[in-house]
Amino acid sequence: MRGKPLATIISAGVSKFGRREGVYARELFAEAALSAFHRVEKLDPSKDIKAAFIGQMSEAYEHQAHTAPIAASWAGLFPAPAMRIENACASSGSALRCGIMAIMSGLYDIVLVGGVEKMTNQPTPEVTGILATASDYPFEQWNGMTFPGLFALMATAHMHEYGTTEEQMAAVAVKNHKNGALNPNAHMQKEVSMDEVLKSRLVSWPLKLYDCSLITDGASVVILTKPKLAKKLSDNYVHIIGTGQAQDTFCLHERESLTTVNAAKTAAQEAYKMADVRPKDINVAELHDCFTIAEIIGYEDLGFCRPGQGGKYVESGAPDLNGSMPVNTSGGLKSKGHPVGATGTAQIHELYLQLTDQADRRQVKDAKIGLAHNLGGSGATAVVHVLKGS
Amino acid sequence: MSELRDPTIEEFYKYCSERKLMAVRCIRCRQVMVPPRAICSNCRHSRVEWVELSQRGKLVTYTIVHVSPPQFKHMTPYAVGIVEMPEGVKIPSIIRTSRPEDLKIGMQLEADFSPRPQEGGWPNWPRYFFKETE
Ligand SMILES: CC(C)(COP(=O)(O)OP(=O)(O)OC[C@H]1O[C@@H](n2cnc3c(N)ncnc32)[C@H](O)[C@@H]1OP(=O)(O)O)[C@@H](O)C(=O)NCCC(=O)NCCS
Ligand SMILES: [Zn+2]
Repeated sequence: MRGKPLATIISAGVSKFGRREGVYARELFAEAALSAFHRVEKLDPSKDIKAAFIGQMSEAYEHQAHTAPIAASWAGLFPAPAMRIENACASSGSALRCGIMAIMSGLYDIVLVGGVEKMTNQPTPEVTGILATASDYPFEQWNGMTFPGLFALMATAHMHEYGTTEEQMAAVAVKNHKNGALNPNAHMQKEVSMDEVLKSRLVSWPLKLYDCSLITDGASVVILTKPKLAKKLSDNYVHIIGTGQAQDTFCLHERESLTTVNAAKTAAQEAYKMADVRPKDINVAELHDCFTIAEIIGYEDLGFCRPGQGGKYVESGAPDLNGSMPVNTSGGLKSKGHPVGATGTAQIHELYLQLTDQADRRQVKDAKIGLAHNLGGSGATAVVHVLKGS
Repeated sequence: MSELRDPTIEEFYKYCSERKLMAVRCIRCRQVMVPPRAICSNCRHSRVEWVELSQRGKLVTYTIVHVSPPQFKHMTPYAVGIVEMPEGVKIPSIIRTSRPEDLKIGMQLEADFSPRPQEGGWPNWPRYFFKETE
């Protein structure tokens, strides 16, 4: 199956990301679904879409479990089966794999995959606690760990081991805000300077405000079909040619190395092998920059640069919009925003736009192969997908 | 001795009430593990025994948390870190210090125990933490 399409994306959509007061998660999800439906006029969604796989992390924001049938039916999918997939921040990346498997199994011809999170109706300390439930309760949460805290532990270790600097981490934020300023659906469409990043207040030393992703409301949707059917349904389709997913130890402290995410390496190897591509074949990538250090470690884990060289890599300009390997053209989790359950398929949405030449001012010229890297927790889950334009 | 206690998280915290920092060790491959568990994370063998850890370890990484969940608000900002024990296992911990700016990777820390559990939480056992050596 090397290099062969596994499943094909015929459309993708997102809601506006941001502080979305006055709407429920299901309403955001319907907004993303509608924007995906508008791109495929030949599709009758409520009739043709046979199942939905929806990523969402927490019941705590809206006092609501059993969320998939709600989101699906608000999107007009009824009575199709709807499944919620929960893998923290990698929920919709994981949901995408379920969608691929559903298509490849032959059970369904067309499925919808997406994700949603409505986060801003809780104050920041509560959100910090809700997010922390994706870390180990009796050992990590009990010891006061938070998500900025866990990634800060990796940042401190990376700085100590490789001499990575706060300026290098800040460079990730500057780059991603620059891209996000070009994305009309991004939460914060605003450029920031290196100085502003470095002078911003501490969240979890050495991570500062601008090293952190945003607390965001948003939803994202992609529509998958069998490769053979794609042409009939859409003029703009993108093949998924590689998928990988793996685990690292659930607790950060159990890892031999605190400066790498083994799950991401394993998932990338699996996806690269399946897709028959190497890192240098990638033209555009969406990386899981929940914190700036995570993007730096991501470059290393995905083989864009050698271990320890991620800080130098961002300084080199390679991941800039006009660099050799544009990373997070959407603005990333940093500036586009990080509604955790929606993030995985929002990354796929951006790659869909890039690979079908619809990314407007963020368009990477001649982008053919795209990669998405989606982490859950401190990396206990990692999902990597490789996409190919048609 | 203590080997007869089940390799559970609850037992780990009961040991803390005896001012003991414990881990489980795989009978077959000698892997030392925190959190405790019944199946070895290295070789999957299903017999493990409790071992007592030293009360001193080396700080391998740390952070100072400034934005915290409501339960930790009263002590924010606070330091948390990962401590490597001589027995070859790392453990996460709050680091009690009045001078967070003096924390350094590689420094020695010592374990201590607080009898009062975090408010309103499970498991309702005493906690361990680390502090600078005297
Ligand atoms: C960093 C963080 C703590 C800031 O939250 P906060 O202190 O409550 O900030 P507020 O919401 O009060 O916002 C204050 C200002 O900072 C801005 N801001 C908030 N978060 C920001 C961020 N991450 N980056 C840049 N600016 C941010 C707001 O837009 C606001 O600007 P304004 O005054 O011009 O309107 C919060 O964004 C956070 O926890 N992020 C990480 C989320 C996370 O862990 N996700 C899971 C990852 S695995
Ligand atoms: Zn073993």
